[in-house]
Amino acid sequence: MKKRGVGLAVGLYPTGMSGGGDSSQAVVKVKPDGSVDLILTSVDIGQGCKTVLAQIAAEELGVPYDRVDVVNDDTDTGPLCFGTFASRVTFVAGNATKEAAREAKQILFSIAADKLEASPEDLEAANGKIYVKGAPERSVDIGAIAGEATFGLRKVIVGRGHYMRTPSAPDPATGKTDPFATLAWAAVQAEVEVDTDTGEVTVLRLDCAYDVGRAVNPLLVEGQIEGGAGMGVGAALMEQLYPYKSPVKFPAETFGDYVIPTAMDVPDIRTVIYECPSTNGPFGAKGIGEMTANAPAPAIVAAIHDAIGVWIDELPVTPEKVLRALQAKG
Amino acid sequence: MYTLELKVNGRAYKVEVKATTTLLQVLREKLGITGPKVGCETGDCGACSVLVNGKLVKACITNALTVHGKEVLTVEGLGRPGAFHPLQLAFHEHYAAQCGFCTPGMLMAAKALLDENPKPTRDEVKEALSGNLCRCTGYVKIVDAIMAAAGEKA
Repeated sequence: MKKRGVGLAVGLYPTGMSGGGDSSQAVVKVKPDGSVDLILTSVDIGQGCKTVLAQIAAEELGVPYDRVDVVNDDTDTGPLCFGTFASRVTFVAGNATKEAAREAKQILFSIAADKLEASPEDLEAANGKIYVKGAPERSVDIGAIAGEATFGLRKVIVGRGHYMRTPSAPDPATGKTDPFATLAWAAVQAEVEVDTDTGEVTVLRLDCAYDVGRAVNPLLVEGQIEGGAGMGVGAALMEQLYPYKSPVKFPAETFGDYVIPTAMDVPDIRTVIYECPSTNGPFGAKGIGEMTANAPAPAIVAAIHDAIGVWIDELPVTPEKVLRALQAKG
Repeated sequence: MYTLELKVNGRAYKVEVKATTTLLQVLREKLGITGPKVGCETGDCGACSVLVNGKLVKACITNALTVHGKEVLTVEGLGRPGAFHPLQLAFHEHYAAQCGFCTPGMLMAAKALLDENPKPTRDEVKEALSGNLCRCTGYVKIVDAIMAAAGEKA
């Protein structure tokens, strides 16, 4: 007999490392024509950090996105970055990028202020122009200012950014601590169908809602959520996960031993992005990487309970475990 | 050694191979065509997928001599900068590639599907991709892209 059920799981997840030393640096260089090099060593593994960090630099500098080139190909000579892990790059490298862009912008403002007969504090930058707040007709082109700064005033228009959160340890007297840079939130609802004759579980649908702070690039956020949902289906139903600390030998060596979801195993996924901006991330962003793989499995397990009335407390939920649990229930 | 004659992406080649050489080894090591990727080498992941006379095969478990006299199409022959295939444009538009390692194989599997079935359903697309593994995307945007490319063709 086939039985259906619905389950919900919620979660929270920190961004970056809380023990200290979680550092990223950025250098923003404005070239004589007003185009921008954003120099980093934060690595893009397909999640799209080159896109997101270029967006952050462009937004802060007031130049169009396509004027920013991201240079991140040499981790030896480039500014420091601790790496692409811990859902940290948009947040940590994004903060460094924003700070670097702000410093470069201040150099441009100091030169534009003379031209516009205004104080640098009264200037803003947008759409490739620097203009006086409240009087957008009083403006100069960023390219013209960058050219004059470089060849007229012999300046190098470079901004530096370095984000590294102070490590947090509990206060011995009160126990009070501030361990997380920011927290993102998840709610995932799964609908499953359980075949009580074979023990097979099919995930019919996943609804994935995440508070990601400001979604700097919603399409890329969706990509993270959908990819994590796929991994979550694998963790729930197929993949025997092992700790990766030494000296455990990973027993599976081929995709024949270690089955991961195919396109036919991942259901239709509905993604909801909820934006509650963080107070300390770049433009309110939080981290949305690892957590997307966490909530689907408990939601699927809860849905199985809803369908057949048994809790399976060990992943993956194989047909054998389902049948044994049904047998034990009687 | 045996002499293998084949066409790859419209160009004729003649190469010396052993009886055990795979099509993937010929493409990558003898011809320098690296779009097809070396993934599992057991025929499970599909990163090496190419078309042989229009049919989808896994180059890592295809004996090279079995393609003697045949035509092979790899992702390099699908489109080029400035003249991308509608599937490649749709993958770009829909953010269907993250790390990109599975993408050449996904594109070839999608082409094989649309050549045979130009207006597939979503489930038919998923079935056609079931021999190609992706760990980044959850397949959602890959299916979206193929559905969009199929719409554009109509």
